Amino acid sequence: MKDDHKPMRWLRFILHTSALILLAACSGSGPRADLVILNGAEPESLDPGIVTGQPDIRASGALFEGLTRYDAKTGEPIPGLAERWDISENRKTYTFHLRSNAVWSTGEPITARDFVYSWLRVLAPELAAEYSGQLFFIKNAEEFNTGKLTNAALVGVHALDDRTLRVELHSPIPFFLSLCAFSTLAVVPQSHIEKHGDRWLSVQPIPCSGAYELVEWRLNDRIRVRKNPRYWDAANTRNSVVDLLPVSSPNTALNLFLKGEADIVWDKTLVPVELLDALRQRPDFHSFDYIGTYFIRFNLTKEPFKDVRVRQALALAVDKRRLVERITRGGERVAESFTPPGTAGYAPPAGLGYDPARARRLLAEAGYPGGKGFRRFDYLMNSAAGGGAKIDEKIGVELQAMWKQELGLDVELRTQEWKVYLASQRQLDYDTCRSSWIGDYNDANTFLDMFMSNNGNNRTGWKSERYDELVRRANQQPDPRERERIFQSAEMLLLREETVVAPIYFYAGFFAFDTNRIEGIWPNIIDQHPINAIGRKK
Amino acid sequence: MYFLKRILTLLPLTLLITLLAFVLVRVSPGGPFDKERAPASPEIEKQLRAKYHLDESWPRQYLRFLGGAVRGDLGPSLKYRNHNVTDILLQGLPVSALLGTLAFGFAMGLGIPWGVFMAVRRGEGGDHTAGFLALLAVCVPGFVIGPLLVMVLAIKLDWFPVALWASPWHAVLPTMALGLFYAGKISRLLRESMSGVLHLEFVTAARARGVGNPALLMKHALRVAILPVVSYSGPMLADLLTGSFVIENLFQIPGIGVFLVNSLQNRDYPMTAGLVMVFAVLLLTLNLLVDLLYVKLDRRVKLE
Amino acid sequence: MSTASTPVSNWRRFTRNRPAVASAAVLGALVLLTLAWPWLAPYRPEALGDAQFAPPGGAHWFGTDFLGRDQLTRMFYGARVSLAVGAAGAAVSLVLGVLCGAVAGYVGGRVDGILMRFVDILYSLPSVVFAIVLIGTFEPMLKAWLVKNFSESVVPLARPLLLFTSLGAVSWLTMARIVRGQVLSLRHRLFVEASRTAGATHVGILRKHILPNIAGIVIAYLTLTIPTVILYESFLSYLGLGIQPPHASLGTLIAEGAGQINPIRVYWWMLVFPGGLLALLLLALNFLGDGLRDALEPRGGAK
Repeated sequence: MKDDHKPMRWLRFILHTSALILLAACSGSGPRADLVILNGAEPESLDPGIVTGQPDIRASGALFEGLTRYDAKTGEPIPGLAERWDISENRKTYTFHLRSNAVWSTGEPITARDFVYSWLRVLAPELAAEYSGQLFFIKNAEEFNTGKLTNAALVGVHALDDRTLRVELHSPIPFFLSLCAFSTLAVVPQSHIEKHGDRWLSVQPIPCSGAYELVEWRLNDRIRVRKNPRYWDAANTRNSVVDLLPVSSPNTALNLFLKGEADIVWDKTLVPVELLDALRQRPDFHSFDYIGTYFIRFNLTKEPFKDVRVRQALALAVDKRRLVERITRGGERVAESFTPPGTAGYAPPAGLGYDPARARRLLAEAGYPGGKGFRRFDYLMNSAAGGGAKIDEKIGVELQAMWKQELGLDVELRTQEWKVYLASQRQLDYDTCRSSWIGDYNDANTFLDMFMSNNGNNRTGWKSERYDELVRRANQQPDPRERERIFQSAEMLLLREETVVAPIYFYAGFFAFDTNRIEGIWPNIIDQHPINAIGRKK
Repeated sequence: MYFLKRILTLLPLTLLITLLAFVLVRVSPGGPFDKERAPASPEIEKQLRAKYHLDESWPRQYLRFLGGAVRGDLGPSLKYRNHNVTDILLQGLPVSALLGTLAFGFAMGLGIPWGVFMAVRRGEGGDHTAGFLALLAVCVPGFVIGPLLVMVLAIKLDWFPVALWASPWHAVLPTMALGLFYAGKISRLLRESMSGVLHLEFVTAARARGVGNPALLMKHALRVAILPVVSYSGPMLADLLTGSFVIENLFQIPGIGVFLVNSLQNRDYPMTAGLVMVFAVLLLTLNLLVDLLYVKLDRRVKLE
Repeated sequence: MSTASTPVSNWRRFTRNRPAVASAAVLGALVLLTLAWPWLAPYRPEALGDAQFAPPGGAHWFGTDFLGRDQLTRMFYGARVSLAVGAAGAAVSLVLGVLCGAVAGYVGGRVDGILMRFVDILYSLPSVVFAIVLIGTFEPMLKAWLVKNFSESVVPLARPLLLFTSLGAVSWLTMARIVRGQVLSLRHRLFVEASRTAGATHVGILRKHILPNIAGIVIAYLTLTIPTVILYESFLSYLGLGIQPPHASLGTLIAEGAGQINPIRVYWWMLVFPGGLLALLLLALNFLGDGLRDALEPRGGAK
């Protein structure tokens, strides 16, 4: 080509440079890890003090351990960095004895003082940890966190010596050992954090207390962890390099899994709902129950939802079985209660059930026979970005039809993007609202204390002295049977007498892995699967 | 002189755009710390706001942002609290830029011959077939073409990986999925301008003078006809370099296209501001370059 | 130049172009069908059925979707939304884009600088920013306003109105740049310079020389704008910002269909039919555009 030919020259230049860049940038990718896990959304953080999401906690849990850890099979708390503990008669004082071989991945010993530091760090206002509430069962913890108390020495956690930690609680809660396995209460390296501040997870070497140490964390790319040889139980770590990949599209996850590029998919958001009926027939897909509830909130500050009969009518007209069979399709259980059955030490009472005839009667009693005179109201839900299954929208469409058909009511579906939806929920700018709740620990309290008058998760405008009192009394009750009974009457109040919420179904968890190749991963009700227990079959 | 002026306006324009983005995201309802689980006490949210200076007035926050930007520090991400926006950009931008450049090359390499072909064969069968394909390319969205390519080329034929970003092979499908749309668009633009130019006075004149060499004629015509493509290539390149949400999401590519949409939806203010700034700088610079190129290519355009 | 550019001769030239006339007929039929479908359809678009993912057959010619809704009915209702979105975008693009581009290119100088920098600013701001802010911020306000001034039954219109606005706000920018480029290069052409020295007014030059010469590229680009706007709407739906359920647009239907592409089981009718309808629509638009351009641009003379 002749020289005066600028467009062509320009084009050639672009083609050449792009080829060069391609060669330069795409060379060299490390060897495949022993285990590749599709972990769900990109973790917001790996700092155990500030993680809140399920994928975050799974990744962070591999790096940092607490006094206890989860049993891979049952999800029950078993000894972690503490080898044993004594509990006082009134169940309010715990004395933990740390292992003599508990060391950081960099070699220094892990002491009781490290735990005091880690817990006070979570409570310190400067960290602004969203899950600091997990520590509020400890004496004076809440006061310290909210600034009412500034003397850290008064918080009920003390190092008696290098290997003994004493914890004082203000109530005899039965699930404290389970909390100790939760990420928020894990031990983190003091001097490293003080030296590097918020970016401490980007400066190697990071002293880790768990079964793994962090090799690499590239946002939206991968988290690579390597076996921590100094971990006290390193002998039982069944793999040496693990990749946790963030994936947001269910179809991409399925493709990666089917092509063998990933060994395990363990997030329920990564399973294409349309295919669930077919996938559940496959030997490499596994579903199990866990503690999460999908439900509807009513806004009790708005007419006509101030009338309990209206709320009951709406709740009674929902055919939950239809929703579970037609839409979620993953073997979810219909929710008759708010707290899922299987929650430790608690048998939930039955809620309202499905009874459209009674629903119509109640609505007529409230002054709206056949829906006449009832204003058009909205059902608020969050929109899902990125081509997910949009289950919420589908349930919304079904609810709209049910309420129209059974009660003659007109519902407008209102989808909002996630943050707007949350803001609307918080400011009580809705009539009825899609909601869900996953238990933080295996106890009824994680489901019931959220509807106390001043709890930030209430979001219904419901304020009941009686309910608050019941939950408080239950948590002060050392006798488990009596505690269960009080919680049951609280839940009856919530569901039947006041009908603040209408539960729809209990979540099912999913994971995909080939049982012929992978072992050491079991379903459990808190959906926790320690990575060090997972290995390839020989 | 003209270009000097343009270069001088780059800075105020960038500032204006970032300011606009800065204000707009803060106006939208919902905040970075709205979560499905409320913190255990309202104090915690106050602490969070104080920690990230969100309790300050907007002008102060903007000045703080600019102050940091000058030093190359765009502040911490409010979503990924252990990461700096600068770090995230440095990690994601090269990926998006690489994919974008590849797609740009693909789009130009395919679109220009395609457009010329259609212009030359205008009205004939070949034009109709190619035109139909070009139309298909611009009207099939990325979230359809992506999965289709994966189904056929990655799963059925097993030629390329289904997703992820690790080797040159991994770049092939996303490049095609991303570039096809632009290739179609370029070919259509070029077809129009080219068939117009082929009948312009100087070409007809050249023909009349008996310049019989069709290749030479083509070259001359293309030099003029490429102008709309050149003017389109600026925004197109900026679009491509800053990543595509759909493609990055489908192929799980760690670029900044996903971050832009996510940061907006997460109300991750510093991240949005930082990304918009990068986007603005890229686009303004590229548009300037395009205008320069314009003058070079078409000497009749004089910019005073 | 422009020897006989009268409306009558333009019309004649257009009617001689068979594909264009056929396209116009197809397009007209589609629009009519879309408008008349509520009276023809055996199903309501929101009627849920027991047969989920039923393949095409006697009861449902184009099959059913996840919730057992009739795909054919949903398609025509969706096409209605998409056509409205496309028309709104194209109209804004035509009026604002051509005006801004032509003025900037023709007047030049400071006016050009200011207009183009304004376009640059809007262009440099990712369009998602607009959409998210417009929809998030103004939807509650618009809803309150609609309830106050009209009735509760028009509230569902709030989202489409905002969608039109945000789509319109981004669709005209590229048009402006392209028109400007064309006008800029035309301005110094011999015939323009000639008529200027001959004493023609600016309006006259614009009308007589500039506009006819850019009509081709404007129409070509306009036929690109409509699919772009329709696709952009589906992208917004993909982000969860599009039309509200239970309503759908062609774009959301296609997005949902695309979600069915997987190696295990493909519900092909969910993608093929809405995709086919969109392709048909765009194809017709394209030939129509070609015909219009040829009719308006007599100098072309290609066959």
